[in-house]
Amino acid sequence: MDFDLTTEQQDVANLCREFAEGEIAPHAQEWDAKAEFPLATVRKMGELGLLGLPFPEKYGGAGADTVSYALAVMEIGRADASVGITMAAHVSLGSQPFFSFGSEEQKQKFLVPLARGERLWAFGLTEPQAGSDAGATKTTAQLRDGRWVVNGTKCFITNAGTQMTGGVTITAVTGAGNGRAEISNVIVSQDTPGYTQAPPYKKMGWRASDTRELHFDNAEVPAENLLGERGRGFKQFLDILDGGRISVGALSVGLAQACYDAASKYARERFQFGQAIAKFQAVQFQLVDMAVEVELARNAVLKAAWLKDQGRDFATAAAMAKLFSGEVSRRCANAAVQIHGGYGFMDEYAVSRYWRDCKINEIGEGTNEVQRMVIARQLGL
Amino acid sequence: MKIVVTVKQVPDTNAEKALDPKTKRLNRSSIENVLNPFDEYAIEEGLRLRESVGGDTTVTILTMAPASGTEVVRKALGMGADSAALISDESVGGSDTMATSYLLAQALRHIGFDLVLSGTQSTDAINSVVPAAVAERLGIPCLTFAKKVTLSDGRIEIQRETESGFWRVAARLPAMVSVTKGINEPRYPTLKGIMGAKKKEIKTLSLAEIGAEPARIGDAGSKTQVDSFATVGARAKGTVITVSDPKEGARQVLDFLIAKKAI
Ligand SMILES: Cc1cc2nc3c(=O)[nH]c(=O)nc-3n(C[C@H](O)[C@H](O)[C@H](O)COP(=O)(O)OP(=O)(O)OC[C@H]3O[C@@H](n4cnc5c(N)ncnc54)[C@H](O)[C@@H]3O)c2cc1C
Repeated sequence: MDFDLTTEQQDVANLCREFAEGEIAPHAQEWDAKAEFPLATVRKMGELGLLGLPFPEKYGGAGADTVSYALAVMEIGRADASVGITMAAHVSLGSQPFFSFGSEEQKQKFLVPLARGERLWAFGLTEPQAGSDAGATKTTAQLRDGRWVVNGTKCFITNAGTQMTGGVTITAVTGAGNGRAEISNVIVSQDTPGYTQAPPYKKMGWRASDTRELHFDNAEVPAENLLGERGRGFKQFLDILDGGRISVGALSVGLAQACYDAASKYARERFQFGQAIAKFQAVQFQLVDMAVEVELARNAVLKAAWLKDQGRDFATAAAMAKLFSGEVSRRCANAAVQIHGGYGFMDEYAVSRYWRDCKINEIGEGTNEVQRMVIARQLGL
Repeated sequence: MKIVVTVKQVPDTNAEKALDPKTKRLNRSSIENVLNPFDEYAIEEGLRLRESVGGDTTVTILTMAPASGTEVVRKALGMGADSAALISDESVGGSDTMATSYLLAQALRHIGFDLVLSGTQSTDAINSVVPAAVAERLGIPCLTFAKKVTLSDGRIEIQRETESGFWRVAARLPAMVSVTKGINEPRYPTLKGIMGAKKKEIKTLSLAEIGAEPARIGDAGSKTQVDSFATVGARAKGTVITVSDPKEGARQVLDFLIAKKAI
């Protein structure tokens, strides 16, 4: 057993921390206030290779492992959860399906520019009537004259409408077999006629990330835009979500760490009753609980990432890590605001943003309840 | 052309620092070390010169550090430097600028160079002496505080920053140049650079290899000794003048400055 990071993993984390502290953290508050997607910064991340981190060099990636990727998301998410989810959704949801299921031709055509960070890509699973029950997809894709004709609506889709978005991969019903809907993944480029994105949602948190509702009105794409085997769409997105949980877990750890950092600093500086509030045991215990939980959540996420790197089954570990760190991020954000008192309720203090950002960690990419259902199944219950 | 950039590992500027009362040296073990921020400009300048000169120009990083110094060297490699050399030996600890410049000069002779670049100073010692001392030992021209560097036909020209403007200073290669903070904006390492760094050579140079005499390094080779040290006391609280009439306030400030003989 070895808990040491490799020099490479350490260097990736160092780079991301330095970049996050230099280029992201100073602007996070402003981007949040204006609900502004930081296009120039995301492009810079692309140039550094952060948007193609875990993909092989031959597809334009950096060839790093999943542990490095998780560390990178932690560091970026620690500075700004919005930028963190932009990166995580692009890599784990947008790009990964091309790598996992794409033909060589699709990898060259779609994955390479994504891994190089020239474009962002979205993954559209959720629909107004199909959330946790993602298999209940109503969107259809019919093969007509050698083209897929897509009709339907997707909601809450990350990265779908930025100025650097190349398109979206969606789940759609492509037919019926054995009385069940046949679901497949279909690639829809941004410039497809009949495909439109609504203006960004107004959100409580992740305000600097791009989330939109998507409409498909007889949107036609070539037959070769089927990703993976026809009818394997359900299995494929379950597979994608397994990996995505590692990155949302990492994002939660980054946020929880930021909460601890801010609270610990503030508690040493804030004087009441003639001493720093960090001297009060009630405050110390909150900080200790935060430190303990951040440490455990980090270990859980890194273990899931490590299992994936070893080619081992990581689904249970990833679901546990995602569930636990999401809850930890919420508890830490709550404690961080509590330790800041009234100041923590003010926009001027970053912890108020952390508090708004943490909640989605318990909802996105599978709610806490869905994680528990997944884990229950894996435990054979 | 061979460009060598000398870099130093320094304690993180933000870290709490402590001096070891026994050795009277900075306790480096407990704090996080980083690449001296001033050296990042030298590395960046080296990489830019390599890009503009082209051909088979290489950038080599040279540092004197404990084995943990590879972390800062790897950062330079991740930024794009071609290779690195590390002088790492227990006995170099405690070297002052005399001994350090001797070691660096010996190593530079050993690895060869056309141009040596460095930062103007390190954030821990802030002596700004090493570049000049290294150049003196090597018998090459030393151009310091460069805020702009141009290279052509084996001739280097710099703009040397001064308080009121700049001097133009030129020399033939080989030469030593120290660059200022404003010269460029250092790039971040790239992911590809980091992943590629493990394929690049980090050579550890032994003292025998560079022909360094034990008597001229470490404590023995240092001309300066730290006798004692003391921490600077907290600054006294300033005087705050609170009045409702700005004119009266200005008068009081004026009186204060006159009393202090500041004006
Ligand atoms: C900011 C943001 C970004 C997002 N980005 C994307 C994206 O890029 N791509 C994408 O496809 N989706 C995305 N989503 C959608 C997200 O994954 C869903 O919101 C999530 O899966 C929950 O679905 P729902 O909102 O429809 O909630 P519902 O499924 O309606 O759930 C409502 C509540 O019921 C509970 N519940 C549901 N079923 C059960 C059950 N069987 N047992 C017990 N409890 C149950 C849930 O846990 C929850 O508490 C995003 C969402 C947000 C808010």
